[in-house]
Amino acid sequence: MALSEKDARYVAELAHLELTDEELKIFIPQLDSVLAYMEKLKQLDTNGVNPMAQVTYPTDENSSMRGDQSHKTFDSKEALQNAPEQGPGYFKVPQVIEKE
Amino acid sequence: MGVEQCTGRVSVCDASFHHTFARKSYFPAVDLTNLTIDEISNLLSKRKASAVEIAQEHLEQIKEKDVKICSYLTVAPEKALAQAQAVDERIATEGKLPPLAGVPMAIKDVILTKGVKTTCAAKMLAEFIAPYDATSVQRLDSAGAVFLGKANCDEFAMGSSTENSGFSPTCNPRDLERVPGGSSGGSAAAVAANLAVAALGSDTGGSIRQPASFCGVAGMMGTYGRVSRYGLVAFASSLDHIGPFGRSVRDLAHVLHVISGPDPLDSTAAKLPVPDYLATIENGARSFKVGIPEECFNGLSSCVGDNIQKSMKVLEKLGCKMVSIRMPHTEYAVACYYIICTAEASSNLARYDGVRYGFRSGGYGGLRDMYKKTRDGGFGPEVKRRIMLGTYVLSSGYYDAYYRKAQKVRTLITRDYLDAFEKVDVVLTPTSPFPAFKIGEIINDPLAMYLADIYTVTASLAGLPGISVPCGKTASKHGFPQLPVGMQLIGRHFEEASLLQLARAFEKDGGFELS
Repeated sequence: MALSEKDARYVAELAHLELTDEELKIFIPQLDSVLAYMEKLKQLDTNGVNPMAQVTYPTDENSSMRGDQSHKTFDSKEALQNAPEQGPGYFKVPQVIEKE
Repeated sequence: MGVEQCTGRVSVCDASFHHTFARKSYFPAVDLTNLTIDEISNLLSKRKASAVEIAQEHLEQIKEKDVKICSYLTVAPEKALAQAQAVDERIATEGKLPPLAGVPMAIKDVILTKGVKTTCAAKMLAEFIAPYDATSVQRLDSAGAVFLGKANCDEFAMGSSTENSGFSPTCNPRDLERVPGGSSGGSAAAVAANLAVAALGSDTGGSIRQPASFCGVAGMMGTYGRVSRYGLVAFASSLDHIGPFGRSVRDLAHVLHVISGPDPLDSTAAKLPVPDYLATIENGARSFKVGIPEECFNGLSSCVGDNIQKSMKVLEKLGCKMVSIRMPHTEYAVACYYIICTAEASSNLARYDGVRYGFRSGGYGGLRDMYKKTRDGGFGPEVKRRIMLGTYVLSSGYYDAYYRKAQKVRTLITRDYLDAFEKVDVVLTPTSPFPAFKIGEIINDPLAMYLADIYTVTASLAGLPGISVPCGKTASKHGFPQLPVGMQLIGRHFEEASLLQLARAFEKDGGFELS
């Protein structure tokens, strides 16, 4: 198995996922088989091939730019309407700076 | 499942399947649910029906049938009837019909609709109410469409069966024990069961085309950039598209025409003029050169392969020339696609942190603990797997071997197409290697589920337009209903008009018309 439990826990930590032991037990072999399948790409010689990030259409370089003009956006009531916890005009989060 | 129950279920969907094909015999008596967009325009302009009547009839049908199918997550009767009322008033005062006047539609629940829940079929967004409309939704609204509700899908559009919905799977209306495909399974099922005339879906690696083929309807993804993505909840931004479902190719053209075009709110929406697709759609199939990739018959189930062979003969009879082509990098496409889409997904889904919107878990310690508990409680298993995969392929030490490599292979896959389009006008493949599979059949084997996307992911990676149209059915076995098979056509960048023209000729002159 290429994907160790230690790797999986490390990746979950990077992704801010708190996976339970049961979840890891199911995911590790599943992820491992997908990653093993992805190894297939190593068979291809890609020397000198440019990576492609996105499909673009032929156009002027600046055609997707717009003028720097202000426009109306949400007021704070609209922006906060889906917040799980809010105070007057702001999002509420747990304490950020931890005590010594 | 008992035999009694099974027979009962099959007969329900059999009736609706039969009904779809047999409609002409008793039209125009009373059926206001199995209409094309052209027929709706005709009825409204001749005052033979009102938009409100058509909407009401659909809402009734949804109430009656959707308990079994579960194509909708949210039905919005008040909004639908208000929109329909407005359309009727507009017709009465202006006397002129907007292009989609009174057309009842389902909107996939990953596309934002102001004031109506948009959940992405995710617990994470179970109560999310969008403060604005997606550009495509706003354009449909201006064109007179009526929104019946929000269609079920795989959570955050991640899946090929709609079984990953965080609320309930959708059943295929052709056979309720089978999946409708995915991720836009609810949109496809609603259109197939006459619970909407047309629908919006989203397609990242086949999520419109594959469910269209499983449910026996038409579905289309335009060129990357043809339709604005503003208001589409992001899964993999370099691959995401919004596109239409319909029971006819003309209906796809009507909807695509309305939603296409530049948008100041999406810098990737191409600033190119949108042709009048309906003006050329009846020009026939004559003289099209159709490329058949040699690789596409490997590992294909015979019930699909036979129908594709027959379809090729139909197209030849219509005057097309079949040309054998090679797409040597196709076998690397699934690996390439799942590296790129999970990488982009892991980044896009970082926004669900329990702060600005969506679910927040209780019982946490500090901020970081709140993030982790929220994401563990709010995401379903497939979304977690994809975030894990994406984070892994982007992590230091693996970036070059996986992500960078996949981006280079993406170039090679795109080149395969550009080479092919030197010789042919369109490329023909099956949409899926097999027809709709049973609910639960492969859900526990993610790799098997990913491999089923082989025919659809290449066009997504290359940003090319693709359409899936019904091309036949599997043979009837042991009294089970026949299952639809889809044919996929892929065209050059921004040549949606050619695809629609060829698909229309195939549907009409080849005898595959549903309505």
